[in-house]
Amino acid sequence: MNRLLMRKTGDAKFLSHLDLMRTMQRAFVRTGLKIKHTQGFNPHPYMSFALPLSVGVESLCELMDFELDEPLELACIPDSLNKKLPDGLFAVSAYKAENKFKNIKWLDIFCELYYDVGVPECAAAKIQNIFSKSAVVEKRTKRGTAQIDIFPLINAVKIECATEKMLSIYARISAQEPSLNPGLLIAAVNKYEKSLTPDFTKMERREIYDADLKVFR
Amino acid sequence: MKQQLERILQSVQKPARYIGGEYNEIIKDKAKVNLRFAFCFPDTYEIGMSNLGLHILYGALNDVPDVWCERAFAPWGDMEEEMRRSGVPLYALESGDPISSFDIIGFSLGYEMAYTNVLNMLDLADIPIRAADRKELLPIVFAGGTSCVNPEPMSDFFDLFAIGEGEELDLDIVNLLKIAKSEGWDKQQFLAEAAKIPGVYVPSLYDVSYNEDGTLNSVLAIEDAPKVVTKRIIEDLESSYFPSKTIVPSTEIVHDRVSLELFRGCIRGCRFCQAGYVYRPVRRRSPDFLLKKAKEALSDSGYEEITLSSLSTSDYKGLNELCDNLIDWCEPRKVSLSLPSLRADNFSMELMAKVQKVRRSGLTFAPEAGSQRLRDVINKNVREEELLESCRVAFEGGWNSLKLYFMLGLPTETDEDVLAIGELVNKVLDTWRTHAKNRSRGVRIHVSTSCFVPKPHTPFQWESQIEMEEYSRRVKLLRDNMKSRSISYSWHEPDVSFVEAVLSRGDRRVGRAIEEAWRMGGKLDSWSEYFSFDRWTSAFDKCGLDMRFYACRERKTDEILPWDIVSVGVSKSYLESEKKNAYDGIITPDCREMCTGCGADALLLRGKCDE
Ligand code: SF4
Repeated sequence: MNRLLMRKTGDAKFLSHLDLMRTMQRAFVRTGLKIKHTQGFNPHPYMSFALPLSVGVESLCELMDFELDEPLELACIPDSLNKKLPDGLFAVSAYKAENKFKNIKWLDIFCELYYDVGVPECAAAKIQNIFSKSAVVEKRTKRGTAQIDIFPLINAVKIECATEKMLSIYARISAQEPSLNPGLLIAAVNKYEKSLTPDFTKMERREIYDADLKVFR
Repeated sequence: MKQQLERILQSVQKPARYIGGEYNEIIKDKAKVNLRFAFCFPDTYEIGMSNLGLHILYGALNDVPDVWCERAFAPWGDMEEEMRRSGVPLYALESGDPISSFDIIGFSLGYEMAYTNVLNMLDLADIPIRAADRKELLPIVFAGGTSCVNPEPMSDFFDLFAIGEGEELDLDIVNLLKIAKSEGWDKQQFLAEAAKIPGVYVPSLYDVSYNEDGTLNSVLAIEDAPKVVTKRIIEDLESSYFPSKTIVPSTEIVHDRVSLELFRGCIRGCRFCQAGYVYRPVRRRSPDFLLKKAKEALSDSGYEEITLSSLSTSDYKGLNELCDNLIDWCEPRKVSLSLPSLRADNFSMELMAKVQKVRRSGLTFAPEAGSQRLRDVINKNVREEELLESCRVAFEGGWNSLKLYFMLGLPTETDEDVLAIGELVNKVLDTWRTHAKNRSRGVRIHVSTSCFVPKPHTPFQWESQIEMEEYSRRVKLLRDNMKSRSISYSWHEPDVSFVEAVLSRGDRRVGRAIEEAWRMGGKLDSWSEYFSFDRWTSAFDKCGLDMRFYACRERKTDEILPWDIVSVGVSKSYLESEKKNAYDGIITPDCREMCTGCGADALLLRGKCDE
């Protein structure tokens, strides 16, 4: 299996998962690299992404598997791709990979919470407190809403007042089975400390790990 | 503004359409350009980015090193609300700079229902909507596109109109504005000079007066403005700009593929079809040229689909050769080829079968009228036998779904003609019964009708549109007489067509009602979520204008028409004789069979039409 490590940052965070797939398919065609297609009536290039990213979240560690129709030096692929990608998408490296996506367990998410009139007092401690015990928030599912406790899905969390107006949450959360939508971290803040509801939030996926907390590639 | 924007983007639907940054977007150094052009498309990103004209003009303008052309689209309602709330003005996708800071703003007007969007976008850009309220030279606000063949309804808002094809014309305007900027002209001086460019119409250089009965009395050119503005065309489509390197949207749009323009114009002369008259004469590209460009465009964009675009694809000389070569190239690369606007004839069906090898697309025929008599009136030269023969080939080839388009309210239409639609559809169904490859799968025939809108510069430009109630009666008549489980019938509501008829044949006074409709909240009128018929009627009432005067009134052929100021190359006397032929049921041969002297060949400097 060939794997591509890429970044999705800046305004590209607004591209949906489907947008990203389509864009990568076309980018491969632009490079002239022959990528394997699915069989069938409506063939399309075979590619698969680990952990679909929510719209609005940036990422430094998107992984995409693909197959080539011709033997090729994988190391050249990022350079050729980067000439053909829209703003905000960047191929970091391409390599042979054995480890299956299903072995991903944890991911690091970095959240920036902005407060227009300044970070409220003791905010960091209060937020740390929310995440140190059971916290039940509402989660949207295919059939309406459900209540989930996010506490067991958080492996570690670090809160810091980064600037006068921004507070950061660095959290290691469950990546899949079950996955924790990082937006729920903010939902928990809004629910348990209403006065700490930020005016604006940015989120970035920083790293992914297997069950033993080894970086997953 | 950047952070403001980032914030609001998190709360709106489909934010990807507001960010730019797509592959092939053009970024230039502001310090190194002399003129900044904002290409404004008065509809959503998804619609605008599907428009071939946008890609052509964007490319042609940006080919000039010291000009930077950027894009702006109409935001959807939620985005507009957020923008207004947080004070984010309309901005260009490339630089993020406010549109009001540009030197020239060009709107593409392709359909009348986008008119309110123009006002809304100008307002969102913080630019006075009326030309008279913009006293400074910059920004110049102008329009181009098909709807400009009757510029009058929007003449209060634009400083000038570019009539006809824009590749060269827009550059002429831009070059003049560069001079005006560097020499410090005022707006009047610029407009007076611009009016001398062939194809430019400057509405403020004309005085218009009306008769008691509301018809036009006179249109007088002030100073040396031309009495008639003749549209511009590109004579040689192979040496003009070709869009082989276009912006590839990262998010889904309506037509997301390479669009290969085979030729401009149409040889057919269907009497209801505005495009058929205003894009004359036919000018073509060679199959070799097109094949080369298709390969370039597909390789550059990475698109998985290419479509052949033109008004009547089957009429392209060399279509077979082109398709064969395209298929040879596309098939191993898993690129699909689609052929829209095919005629219902045998030759086209063979082609469809070939193309099917790559991917099957839907099959659509537009007989437009049910009876042969009425098809002769409108000069739609598709015979029933031909249509049924095509259906036979399609059904034998395994197709089991078909769309058929018709218009109701065509001149001279009677109930018999309406019922003939039902009869024709039944014959199609019979054809399926006798020839279907696999009858157990059933068949679906989608019949669709719309209300005919008489358009400027066609032989029907003098006609009255039928009343809305009458359209609804005919719909019901057809519905009651076309019943089968295999047929589904859908019809367009007549209210949109009525407003379209008013706007397309309006005079200068209609601009007031457009402004009023916008002030009352009108925007995105081509979207049913936003269109409000009541708003339009109240707006016209408020301005003391009768909509029926514009839509449902038969004009005398000697009446001065608002769009007489524009010549598309086809003479008025030709349109008049075509009108007469229509009423006599006389078919006019296509341009290839015989030139019938419409006058459009005079637009060509050398050579004849269709060479
Ligand atoms: S001049 Fe003749 S051939 Fe040319 S578009 Fe008119 S009718 Fe057709």
